[in-house]
Order: sequence, then structure tokens, then C-alpha cells
Amino acid sequence: MKKISKTSLGGFINYGIVVLAFAALQGLTSMGMLSNSLQSLLVPACCYVVMAVSLNLTVGILGELSLGHAGFMSLGAFSGIVVSILLQEIIPLAPLRLAVSMAAGALAGALGGAVVGVPVLRLQGDYLAIVTLAFGQIIKNIIMVLYVGVDGKGLHVAVKADSFLLAEDGVTIIKGPMGAVGVTRLATFTAGFLLILVTLLVVQNLVNSRAGRAIMALRDNRIAAESVGINVTRYKLMAFVISAALAGAAGALFGLNYSSTVASKFDFNTSILVLVFVVLGGLGSIRDSIIAASLLYVLPELLRSFDVAEYRMLIYAVILILVMLGANNPAAQDFINARFRKKRKTKEGTVK
Amino acid sequence: MKKFFALLLALVMTLALAACGGGQKNDAGAQGSGSAVTIRVGGIGPITGDLAQYGTATDWGARIAVDEINALNGPIRLEYDFQDDTGVADTAVSAYNKLKDWDVDVIYGCTTTAPCVAVAAETYADRYFQLTPSASSTDVTAGKDNAFQMCFTDPGQGVAAANYLKDNSLGSSIAVIYNNGDAYSTGIADAFAARARELGLNVVATQTYPDDKTTDYTVQLNACKDAGADLVFLPIYYTPASLILAQAKQMGYAPTFFGGDGMDGMLDMKGFDKSLAEGLLLMTPFNASGTDERTRKFVEAYQAAHEILPNQFAADGYDCMYAIYEACCQIEGVGDMDNAQLCDALIALFTGGQFSVDGLTGSGMTWLASGEISKAPVVVRVESGVYVTQ
Repeated sequence: MKKISKTSLGGFINYGIVVLAFAALQGLTSMGMLSNSLQSLLVPACCYVVMAVSLNLTVGILGELSLGHAGFMSLGAFSGIVVSILLQEIIPLAPLRLAVSMAAGALAGALGGAVVGVPVLRLQGDYLAIVTLAFGQIIKNIIMVLYVGVDGKGLHVAVKADSFLLAEDGVTIIKGPMGAVGVTRLATFTAGFLLILVTLLVVQNLVNSRAGRAIMALRDNRIAAESVGINVTRYKLMAFVISAALAGAAGALFGLNYSSTVASKFDFNTSILVLVFVVLGGLGSIRDSIIAASLLYVLPELLRSFDVAEYRMLIYAVILILVMLGANNPAAQDFINARFRKKRKTKEGTVK
Repeated sequence: MKKFFALLLALVMTLALAACGGGQKNDAGAQGSGSAVTIRVGGIGPITGDLAQYGTATDWGARIAVDEINALNGPIRLEYDFQDDTGVADTAVSAYNKLKDWDVDVIYGCTTTAPCVAVAAETYADRYFQLTPSASSTDVTAGKDNAFQMCFTDPGQGVAAANYLKDNSLGSSIAVIYNNGDAYSTGIADAFAARARELGLNVVATQTYPDDKTTDYTVQLNACKDAGADLVFLPIYYTPASLILAQAKQMGYAPTFFGGDGMDGMLDMKGFDKSLAEGLLLMTPFNASGTDERTRKFVEAYQAAHEILPNQFAADGYDCMYAIYEACCQIEGVGDMDNAQLCDALIALFTGGQFSVDGLTGSGMTWLASGEISKAPVVVRVESGVYVTQ
């Protein structure tokens, strides 16, 4: 009984952290104390937090490696943009249109996740890593040659500029390598905050449910889990598709935060960036993913203040390596535990 | 404990590195003289990442112009800052917001197209005047009255290339190799293809590759060779083009190669065998071996500072600074304007029809209301390692 209450307490603390951070940042913004550059980072930081939490579901909780998480983000971003432009007339209310677009992005991400997951999650071994790696590249290359537009006759899709013909009143939504241009910016920090809350709600409730325990049992010992009658493919697919759907929703929010988005943004590097957030934060720990994603996303922009010009990204890389070394350094861990986690440790000690 | 101290030491060294970097702070024009009005110009472009060479060139070219302008002791002084966008749209928006925090007056950039489109939407909403040295897509200026270009547009270049081939009866069979994952390359290639059809040019092969990290072009070159092309049009950047030239030579395939302004800079690549580029035709607004006074001075200053020859990216950057400077000199009461007023005044001037700029990339350059520049395209041929104007 004690154990369960402890995990749900952890969950409530996560909500609390997010709500407090949101309230503090909103307060600072309304008082005009947050610089323009930090304000512009709020929405993308929310997207990356959701990306990190959703990837943590696949990597940390399901125990499968995904190297193409940006591919799901890309699917979500472009389908969200297309839906938001299609619905421009039908739903004039911006927040509602954003919500519908994000739902469409989540659906697209889930579909992509199912397409990848259904065949691959039946296999044993690291096949998911290989297939998601390829999936990310395929999505990037397809969207790069895709022309999508809408006119009186409906939606037009082509893979070549010269076969892409719109009527006079038509609007081009995705223009091949130019990506989506002329997007109306709908994303707001509040939407990002709500998306994080929804993500936490979904992931934490999943983890603490019967299905979540089955998923973690699969991670820890597949054969043992199978022998007690857990349906391997079903639970793996459940976690993976939910993870892809959340990435799709984050992608839609990200796409609708900029007036133009190109497919090459969502490449292998972005997938690895999110994986770095998850690994450095700590596999399986949702709270640490949130903290790592928000800090590490904002860090390279904060480094601009030091006026280090071209050394900025080098310093960022060095800091990442240091964090990695630090997180695995027993001496540093002891130091941190001794200083900051003293209370908790003794408490745990007495429980044991 | 030893390991812990090693880690601590590493942390201290990182901070020291950050501090050292701080020593490189650009203070061009920071010390304003009493009466002159200071205009803050904020540049955005990639100085790290895959596209760093292009952003660095636009940055360095602009810095030379800023130093020259501030040495003039004229009515306007420029204060200049350049922020890295790594060639990515969302980072460019962050960089732009950083410049806003710095109280920027005019935005110079971005170097590459996709970030420029994203930033132009922001500057349009916030009312900042924006002049890009090299983002050549029509999407940069479409629907935005505040965005202006110093370079040719992509479709403009494609049409000019087709016209040039027709007028000079070059190439009985033409092949095109372009990067279909890149807006610049696709923009030129599409316009070229459309114009070539109108003019009745004999295009026998069109080949694509997905991104500039591609290292093997033998498939595309073989297709061109098999189609019997005697002229290959390459609307691409110089890094992949240099590989194409080298691989064509290995194959024993020697058509005439014809490129756009992205090709400029190839001769100064480290380790590039200049003999490969012999006979290469390219459209570029700038010739570093030009003999006029201003070009010579610019090339000397650039070489003294960076040990390489400037390319058209640097020259466009240089011209942007002079365009901003000369425009601000013509506006009355520029010192009391906020960014929105300055933006409107500059737009009125640039589109008024009276304003023209002489620079390294053209003389008497004017702008259309759409934000496009009008200047004459120049075709040069590489002969024994230097450009010869055709």
C-alpha cells in the first residue's frame, strides 16, 4: 500500500512542478521580466518536454530503442499544419483549431507508430532501433518532395512541382523542399502547458495501471512476462503507439509555432537530441526527462549571452559530455546525495 | 574523490573557454562619436553547422563594410552584432529575439532561405526592416513589405540561365543535376526547366540528389553522359559541385558545366584542385579578381583578416551594409525613430524609385516593391584559376 501511494505522490509532484513553472513563467512574462529570446523559447521547450516524456515511454519504460522519434514529430507537424489551414474557415476560433490540429497530429503520429510497430514489435532484438532510424529518414525525404495545396475542388497532393496545379484561388500548404510556408501561428505557451499536462496524465496513468506493469515486466524479463500470459506484441504496441501519438501532438504544436517549417528540421539529429534529453535525464524517470529537456533545450540559447559566437555549440557539446560523465560518476553522485538528498535517503533507510 | 575533482576541473575549463570566447566580442562601432546617430544592425546566419561557410562569409563581408563606414565619421554609425542560427528556422527565430533584446534597429539576414522565411514573418509582424544578403527564394519577400533581397531570386536566376544558354547557343543537349531537398536549388531548376521549354532548349536529362551531404554523384553523371549531354547545368552550392567536377573527370566525362551564384567560392575551398574548374561557367554578381578600386580594397581587407578570397556571399553582405547606411543617411530625423518608423521610412525609400546603391555586386542597384533587387546578372568563365567575365 505504501509503495503505491509513493508512486502516485511522485506523479502529483510532477504536475505540481509543471504548474508552478508555468505560473512563474506566466507571471514573469506579464511583469515584462522575461526577455524576448526566452519568451520565444517557451513553446518549443514545451514541445521538447513532451517529446522527451513520450520517448521515455518507449526507451525507459518499454525498454525499446527508438532512433526516429523526430519522424513522428514531423508527421504531426505537417498534418497539423495541413489540418489547421483546411479548417481556417470552418473553425474561426484559434484555440479550438489548434486543439483539433494537435489531435490530428497525434492521430498521424499514432498511425505512423502503428505502421512501424505492428510488424517490428513482433521481433526480438534491436530491430525497432533500425526500423525507426529508417522511418525517420523516409518521412523526411517524402515530405521534402511533397507538394500539398487546397483549392475549390479540395486537397491536392503531388510529388513534383510541374504536376502540381492549383486553381486561381488555391492555397499552397507544403511546397516541397521549401516546406510549409505562410502558416498562421496558433501555438501559445498555455497550449504547450496543457499539452504537457495531458502527456503527464496519459503516461503516468499508463505506467501505474495494469497495462503499465505488464509493459515494465516485458522490459525487465520478456520470457518471464510471456510465461505468465502477458501478450507481448499488444502491450509493446500500446506503449509505442501512445509514444508516437504524443510525439505527433508535440510536432503539431511545434509546426504551428512558426510561420514556416521544413522537413529537414526533423532529421536524425533531432531524434538524437531528444534521446540525449531522455538519457541524460535518466531512463524511466519522467520528472528528470522534463527537467533535462527544458534545461538542455534552453541552454544553447542562454550561451548566446556570453557572446562566444562560434564556440557556442562547442561549449554546449562539452557541457553535455560533462553532464554525462557527472551523472555516471559515483563520487559526484555521492556528493549530490550527501548534500541534497540527505533527508530522503535516511527516510528510505528507515523504511527498509 | 579524485574523479570528482577531475570533473570539477573540466567544468572550470569549460567556463574558462566560455570566458575566452567572450574576449572575442565584436565591438565594431561600439564606441560612438558624439554627434553621429547610431543604428544597430543585427545579422543572423549560420556560423556553425553544415552551412557555416556561407553564414561566416556574409558575416565577415558585413564586418568589413561596418568598419569602413564607421571610419568615414559620417552622420550615421553602425553598431553590428551577428547571431548564429545554425541554418535552422526555429534557432533563427530565437536568434532574432536575442537581437530584439539588444534593441536592434535593422535586421540583416538570414543567410539561408528557410530561416529567412521564418524570421521575415516575425519582422513583418514586429515592423523591423529586413535586408537579406543571400536568401533568394521568392517566399522570403512574398506578402511582406519589409523584406528586401540583395541577391537574385531563384526563379530569376533559372530564367536568366536559360536565356543565356539560348542567346549564346551553348549546349546542343543539356542536362540538369540539382538538389531536390533544397529550396534554392529546386527554385532555380524548376524555373530553368519551364523557361527552357518555352525557348525550345534541348534538355535531355534531369537528375536529382536528396541533400548536400551526398558524396557520390556517379549515378547522376552517368545518366547525363548516357543521354549525350554536352552541357550540364548545376544550380547547386559549391561543396557538392566540387565533388561532381572531380567525379566527372574520373569518369572521363567532360561537358561544359554551368552553375548559379551558389557555385561562387569553389576556387577557395581548401584542397580543391583548381584545374578541375577550368572552363566552368557560372552566374555570379561578384568577381574577386575584379580590378576596380573598391573591389581591390575589399579583397585586400578580407584577405588580410581571413586569409581567403571573398566570394559573392561576402560581397552581398558588404553591399547590404552600404545599402542600409546610405538609406539611413537619406532619412531625416533617423535618430529619433523607433524600429517601426524606421522600417516604414526605409520601405518608402527602397520602393520609392529614387534610391539606388553602388556596390561590389552591381552599380545602380534598385529594388522593386516586391522586395526583389534589380541588377544585371553577370556570367563568368573560370580560366587558369580566375574568373573572366563573359
